[in-house]
Amino acid sequence: MLDILFKNCTIIDPFNRVETKADLLIEGGRITGLERDITPRDGIKTINLQGRWVVPGLVDIHTHLREPGEEYKETILTGLKSAVAGGFTTVCAMPNTRPPNDSASVTRFIIGRARECNLGRVLPVATITKAQKGTELTEFGDLLSAGAVAFSDDGLPVKNSRIMRLALEYALNFDALIISHSEDLELARHGVMNEGRMSTTLGLMGIPNAAEDIQVYRDVRLAETTGARLHIAHVSTKEAVEIIRSAKRRGVRVTCETAPHYFSLTEEAVEGYNTLAKMNPPLRTEEDREAIIEGLRDGTIDCIATDHAPHSTLEKECEFEKAANGIIGLETAVPLGLRLVKKGVLSPMQLVELMTVGPCKVIGLEKGGVRPGELADLTVIDPECAFHVTPQNLCSKSHNSPFLGETLEGRAVITLFEGRCVFDLHGMVS
Amino acid sequence: MKHLLGMRFLEREEIEAILDQAEAFKEILERPIKKVPTLRGKSVANLFFEPSTRTKLSFEMAAKRLSADTVGISKTTSSVVKGEDLIDTVKNIKAMKTDCFVIRHASSGAPHMIARHLDCPVINAGDGTNEHPTQALLDCLTIKERFGDFKGLNVVVVGDILHSRVARSDLMALTKLGATCSVSGPATMLPPYVEEVLGAKRIYDIKEAVREADCIICLRIQRERLGDLPLFPSVREYASFFGIFPEVLEYAPPESVIMHPGPINRGVELDPGLADSDRSLILDQVTNGVAVRMAVLVMLLAQNN
Ligand SMILES: [Zn+2]
Repeated sequence: MLDILFKNCTIIDPFNRVETKADLLIEGGRITGLERDITPRDGIKTINLQGRWVVPGLVDIHTHLREPGEEYKETILTGLKSAVAGGFTTVCAMPNTRPPNDSASVTRFIIGRARECNLGRVLPVATITKAQKGTELTEFGDLLSAGAVAFSDDGLPVKNSRIMRLALEYALNFDALIISHSEDLELARHGVMNEGRMSTTLGLMGIPNAAEDIQVYRDVRLAETTGARLHIAHVSTKEAVEIIRSAKRRGVRVTCETAPHYFSLTEEAVEGYNTLAKMNPPLRTEEDREAIIEGLRDGTIDCIATDHAPHSTLEKECEFEKAANGIIGLETAVPLGLRLVKKGVLSPMQLVELMTVGPCKVIGLEKGGVRPGELADLTVIDPECAFHVTPQNLCSKSHNSPFLGETLEGRAVITLFEGRCVFDLHGMVS
Repeated sequence: MKHLLGMRFLEREEIEAILDQAEAFKEILERPIKKVPTLRGKSVANLFFEPSTRTKLSFEMAAKRLSADTVGISKTTSSVVKGEDLIDTVKNIKAMKTDCFVIRHASSGAPHMIARHLDCPVINAGDGTNEHPTQALLDCLTIKERFGDFKGLNVVVVGDILHSRVARSDLMALTKLGATCSVSGPATMLPPYVEEVLGAKRIYDIKEAVREADCIICLRIQRERLGDLPLFPSVREYASFFGIFPEVLEYAPPESVIMHPGPINRGVELDPGLADSDRSLILDQVTNGVAVRMAVLVMLLAQNN
């Protein structure tokens, strides 16, 4: 277990609403001191963290770990390595694996594998319907008992409104969370990018904002009708933000997330038929991007989730129309979030909140934050550290990032989980 | 000019240079011996991953007139059908010392991707719903021959603009050359931001659309492009509301001409009689296709010497 003294940290802890400069003492893996000036006891390793942030271990509620079934893209082990390199100690594993996580045995397998890896916490999300077919509900009770934390057919929407209603109703028995991948499949059909100026420029078929908006509204209304808890995944349009904002005002139990690419990029990134900018929902326009940022600012959007979606070069180095949707995101989330802080759009506290307290509240996860007595579950962020996004510098098994070749500013440099150091970029701790 | 991927990437001067070169080649096509040695020893690979007869023939003819060797694959013989990786396929053919690739592919952007992987000229012979630059060039040449200049010229493109690579390339080329363009057809087939991106005004009523048109470009109504859901109620209704028939032409200026990239669905988008009338430039388009493709091949391959 870890014994270490971090000097001169900028502690940003939204769990305890603390933002302060302090020293942080960790003994036996547990936080034992958090004060202005801690004198190091003999022999304890001391690191000066001047200029760096110490925050609670980040939480990503939308990660595709690909295991079981597509281990050539990512495994639970490589996914966790990528997570901790990005500063995340908790990830929610999306269920669209092969087989999908629609039974307690798959849920138990994921939890078991994660435990063997022993790098971070994996909380499985189970499917809403059996085999994601959209016809029959999965065994919510059994899946929750096995350790599932929410239900989602992510990758696919629940097409039938009555099935979605049944899911939300049945979830009431367990106060379970339903996560909606909101997309009107018929409207989105044949579309491979956002419908707009760029799709017309590139001669590609488009997916209109309305494909997302219509389904977001449907699911919000069903949550309102049933009184159940609903979470909207990867919000990308300005209209969806507005629908959720007004639903929250009415008291609907709805939360939502966006992904870093929706506040960092627009449809322009598809120029040159760039398959690394192909995702679902697609990158939208500047107007949407600004509305997403406003949603993050005013609290309409509860959290930042990566939608980390690893694909091998087989699925990406091909014709645009054939290419798979999705990008990896665990390792670039912090630098992209930091851009908003540097532009003065979000305060450091707001950003950390969106990546810790925000997601915890959505899934009902209790965490203690940075306070004495807690087992260390912390991330050290260096807001200035240059991060060259290259395949060699990424820990994920896949490298499908639109930021490949760029140098981003700031990243996680140390990650502590359950009192152990699980990531140490510059070898400062060990 | 390293490749010809689309009209989008060409400057006005480059388009004019190709048209000038093509006009010079047209003279050769009038000779009894229609062959020059310009590209002797060069090999051109015609890779048609999507069925095509006319364009493929036209490219082959153009290459042969220039004394280049041609090899080709077409959809039925291609291993891509069996799922071979596109990049692997072209790299293999490149390894056989090919000097130039002519690519027809069902995916928008496929020639662009190939161009990124090869260090020799790539000519886009039609990619998905994106562009068909040599068709635009031959259309421009045909218009130039008839009208002399593009300034002040009104061109309307009628039909499925959303899925038509011909329409997109035509509009980009013609607006660059100074023509005023508009589009008409079922609104379900007009792309978003067509005015902003392609510089063409939407005119919903076909009679209104032809009113000032010097040139009417009719597009083939491709049932196979429509997928599972028809974008208009019936061929019959299309013909009566969007087809170019003598009754519609009455609204157009008397000297206006009709063009069509072929093959024509006679009686659907175009009146059978009009296609063969003296207002039709359709056969000129075909002749000009060879000349324009010769010009493009020479300009790309001569540069590469
Ligand atoms: Zn999704």
